[in-house]
Amino acid sequence: MSLLKPQAVSAPRQWIRRYGMLLVLLAMMVLASLLSDRFLTSNNLMNVTRQVAINAILAAGMTVVILSGGIDLSVGSVLALTGAVGAGMMAAGGNWLVAVLAMLGLGTLLGVVNGFFVAYGQLPPFIVTLAMMAFARGATLVYTNGRPITVLNNAFQWFGHGSVGPVPAPVAIMIIVYLAFYIFLNRATLGRLIYAVGGNERAARMSGVRVNFIKVLVYAMSGFTAGLAGIVMTSRLFSAQPTAGASYELDAIAAVILGGTSLSGGRGSVTGTIIGAFIIGILGNVLNLLNVSSFYQDVAKGVVILVAVLLDRLIHAGGKGALRKGVASRAQQA
Amino acid sequence: MGSPPVENNILLRMVGISKAFPGVVALDGVDFEVRAGEVHALLGENGAGKSTLVKIMTGVYEKDAGDIYVRGRKVDIRSPLDAQRLGIRIIHQEFTLINDLSVAENIFLDAMGGRMFGWVPCRRMRAESRELLRRLGLHHVSVDTPVRDLSVAEQQIVEIARALREEAAVIIMDEPTAALTDAEVERLMDIIRQLRAGGTGIVYISHKLDEIMAIADRATVLRDGRLVGTNPMGELTREEMVRMMVGRPLTKLYVRNHRPGREVALEVRDMSVPGRVHGASLVAHKGEVVGITGLMGAGQSELVRAIFGAVPRTGGEIKLHGRSVDIRSPQDAIRHGIALVTENRKEEGLVLILSVVANSSLAALDKVSRFGFVDVAEERRQAADYVERLAIKTPSLDQEVDSLSGGNQQKVVLSKWLATEADVIVMAEPTRGIDVGAKAEVYALIDELAGQGKTILLVSSELPEVINLSDRIYVMHEGRIVAELDAATTSQEEIGHYATGGTYHESA
Repeated sequence: MSLLKPQAVSAPRQWIRRYGMLLVLLAMMVLASLLSDRFLTSNNLMNVTRQVAINAILAAGMTVVILSGGIDLSVGSVLALTGAVGAGMMAAGGNWLVAVLAMLGLGTLLGVVNGFFVAYGQLPPFIVTLAMMAFARGATLVYTNGRPITVLNNAFQWFGHGSVGPVPAPVAIMIIVYLAFYIFLNRATLGRLIYAVGGNERAARMSGVRVNFIKVLVYAMSGFTAGLAGIVMTSRLFSAQPTAGASYELDAIAAVILGGTSLSGGRGSVTGTIIGAFIIGILGNVLNLLNVSSFYQDVAKGVVILVAVLLDRLIHAGGKGALRKGVASRAQQA
Repeated sequence: MGSPPVENNILLRMVGISKAFPGVVALDGVDFEVRAGEVHALLGENGAGKSTLVKIMTGVYEKDAGDIYVRGRKVDIRSPLDAQRLGIRIIHQEFTLINDLSVAENIFLDAMGGRMFGWVPCRRMRAESRELLRRLGLHHVSVDTPVRDLSVAEQQIVEIARALREEAAVIIMDEPTAALTDAEVERLMDIIRQLRAGGTGIVYISHKLDEIMAIADRATVLRDGRLVGTNPMGELTREEMVRMMVGRPLTKLYVRNHRPGREVALEVRDMSVPGRVHGASLVAHKGEVVGITGLMGAGQSELVRAIFGAVPRTGGEIKLHGRSVDIRSPQDAIRHGIALVTENRKEEGLVLILSVVANSSLAALDKVSRFGFVDVAEERRQAADYVERLAIKTPSLDQEVDSLSGGNQQKVVLSKWLATEADVIVMAEPTRGIDVGAKAEVYALIDELAGQGKTILLVSSELPEVINLSDRIYVMHEGRIVAELDAATTSQEEIGHYATGGTYHESA
């Protein structure tokens, strides 16, 4: 029967609704190639993708947290701490594989701590992860004594500089993360329950969903991706920097929001997030190619985030008066 | 279209109003008017277009076609603020009060919002609020009380006071009695009569036909987005109204083909929830519908929530099929085959922003999962089955449940619990806020489930429903089960007697 088929996307507006941010991304790429003839070179595109990879990996974990109705401000600091600890282990002669597993484990563990306080302590995620952000950054500075730790391990360099066929390793890792997260969110039982928890926690609880477990899980996933990003970053820089990843949480959140995931939870996807990450990455790249100072780049980023989200809202509500309607319907839901 | 003749007493006139949403025509050329000093009932099944019409009146939606006149003057209502300025005010089922502000501050909220700068005139605000509360018979409440400390009925009166302060000409009341006790309903009716006498036009929306018969002067019935008719109440009977709403005479609201078995399915002994339930015991048999009723807040809701593991209990034992079970959470309950259809579907029943299919599989996702992954095809097949079996009206399985009508939302909740294949299904107020047609379908489903050998606990404050569907009825009063009655021989009067604290002795 017809009900069994997924809803057909027919009207152009629905098409735009679904692919709106992709259009924004394509428009940016067209504009970029007009502004700079260096943009559309394979060298540059590969470069952008490599630069995007770290933020995209963080943003994948962030998506899952935001879908559950939370937020994770600690990812940048967790990235730095895992990097420092891993670099420290290798500097002390440790095996690279052990160090990598330790980094992933530490990131996950810090995420579990976040999740534990959010779920069982019933504290607001903003506050818990803000505390973790301060804690992990402080711990990094203590551990490194404020100085970079150099990594001279050849095998470990693969994560930042190696490649799988023609694909740079960071990009390959990013692709694997997104494939795994996509399958997890769309097909895995736990992934599907994340949407329910984010959409209506009370209803999920009353339907027998293990809400607390799900919450710990999403922060653990975000911690894991932060550890993974820490590995790639440390490998790329041949060292762990004590200030690595500062304010990366904001770029990750921006990518998630640009990707159309609702900050109130329950709605969104990692496919959107990766588009959002590329929008941010390409913006920075174009401004670099045009020799715009990095101070102005931040200004531009702020503007683009606002305009893109505004545009998205307009497309979603559709037609004139859409903005106000959006506000009205939100007020109604509140 | 020419301007209609100006009649002084017509406060609001809507002519040929149409509104379409993607895929649905919600309103098709509907006319509606409200006169000064009348209570005008707006009737129709869920999805008939009542709420769309009201949202157009109050500026939440913009009409696609048609004209709106306020006191004979053509107007554009493009936002809730426009509607407010024109004196049209709605009192929602869910209130829009701010819990932490005082009664007076809430009454003056819009006045404060409109004036961004300057001082809040505290003295005048408090005096005027006190006067408004006095007019509405709420003498005993201080205007400095935070709204969160008021009862639902009192909060509603504060909402009305707010509308009065703004000198609203038209007040729309959406299911105003849904959460009120009988005494509170009486007081509300008095207030409505008083408003009517003062020349306010009232649009009254309710599924309770008795109330409408008692209070309304005229009734407008909508069906499938079209106007069926507007008639003075004197010309309408109850049956006539139902026929207009449903489109056919509703022969039988209640069906009853099931026969309760002998085997005990659920036994609850000495259950207590601190401050709410005191030592309640009950039994329910296989294939039996057991009614649990009482005045609002007598502990029915907490009792079944405790059985379901959703609120902590201090004592008591739960036995399923003779075996004692330890239920401490909804997961435990579901694992043991107990389902709870909660009374507030939007807060606890549904994830509104998710689709029909995601909601209907939510409580039994592991049943359609293998090795931790959802079998999506199987999930959709099951959801489609329920959509068909429960006649859920939805454009597709991927429709967000938020956009479904109340009755169809409730059916989605039911499908979610049917999917768990529970033996014991607790239904708390399963027909609250849904229309007659959907009610009849829910009743038929209850009977069908009992016929299949399921045990149903029906928690309801609607006595006709309890009496007509149940086999046995437990009556609660102040947290205790005070009577166990045979549904075949009891009456509303007898239940009311126990529910209000009467004893066995007195009733004899």
